Amino acid sequence: MNTLDGDRGEPTRGRGLQAFSAGLRLSLSTPAAILLGSAAGFGALANDAGMSLLNAVFMMGVLFALPAQVVMLDSLARGGSLIAGGLAVALTGVRLLPMTLSMLPLLRRGRLRWRILASHYIAVTAWLEGMRHLPSVAPADRLTTFLGIGTGMFASSLIGTAIGFQLAGSVPASLAAALLFLTPIYFLLSLMAAARQAMDGLAIVIGALLGPVLYLLVPGLDLFLTGIIGGTAAYVLGKKLSAFEAEDDA
Amino acid sequence: MTNEALLSSPIGLLTLALVAIIAHEPFRWLGLYLGHGLEADSEIFVWVRAVATALVAGLVTRLVMFPVGALEGVALWMRLGALASGIAIFFIRGRHLGAGVSGGAAVLLIFQYATQ
Repeated sequence: MNTLDGDRGEPTRGRGLQAFSAGLRLSLSTPAAILLGSAAGFGALANDAGMSLLNAVFMMGVLFALPAQVVMLDSLARGGSLIAGGLAVALTGVRLLPMTLSMLPLLRRGRLRWRILASHYIAVTAWLEGMRHLPSVAPADRLTTFLGIGTGMFASSLIGTAIGFQLAGSVPASLAAALLFLTPIYFLLSLMAAARQAMDGLAIVIGALLGPVLYLLVPGLDLFLTGIIGGTAAYVLGKKLSAFEAEDDA
Repeated sequence: MTNEALLSSPIGLLTLALVAIIAHEPFRWLGLYLGHGLEADSEIFVWVRAVATALVAGLVTRLVMFPVGALEGVALWMRLGALASGIAIFFIRGRHLGAGVSGGAAVLLIFQYATQ
């Protein structure tokens, strides 16, 4: 009977609930645990920067992408302008476009408002999990299942933020420092884990070296410029390198 | 309005929502809207990926070398040493993210206790 429903593409309410809770269950995985931990790191950082608990949790929910959150938070904490922070936030947000685009074939069926909600859940962790699990889900259930995965991840990231926020304010200073350290080490290792080509490695090294220099030269716009200049340099060098290797092979 | 107010007041909530709607969420909507005609693996997105990677790598060194909050109280060599240790543990454990992250944070704790 389920297959018949799937063929017509009109999931019943009960079936939708089933697909949603299947997604929720999928979201309770190792990546979600890492997400909880990294959200806790963000919560600690937010507390340290003088943010209120409500604003920190709200920021987690409304941006739902840690790099954008940390860029904004850290820039404001340094006394930077909202515009400069927003520019850097936008630059981290562009990478969500190809992610949403590549996921679209899996989420084509469904009402627009649910697809818009699904697109809000697109950030590295939920995206990876969706791409991993959705192909084996019946096409009519994919959007609902992804809403389940996303909702689970969303909830654990909000809870993680609140936990990290409270911990940072109540543990000894050395432990709080270790909590604050979670964000940079998590970001760096995530970049390394996601690196597939020479270009990715180049972008990490160039960005890491260029960042501090530009911070001292042009504070405020440093991250924006590190992205544009460092990323373009890595792109060009990476292209040259792969062309060189192709020549070598021939 | 000061940045402190932005970070902690109810008006800050509105500002955060505006930043999200103007500078961040549109890229998700655009991904939904563009659907046809643009491939997720087209060349422009290879560049986008490099830009985002360089920016976040720059953010990492900014957070570690020039921290604004409590991390400032931890010596620079400890921060850099813990970062290097995290990277080493990550690779030794076969690119294990959880091991690298918790290992790096643990090394920072050990440094602090060892020098007290």
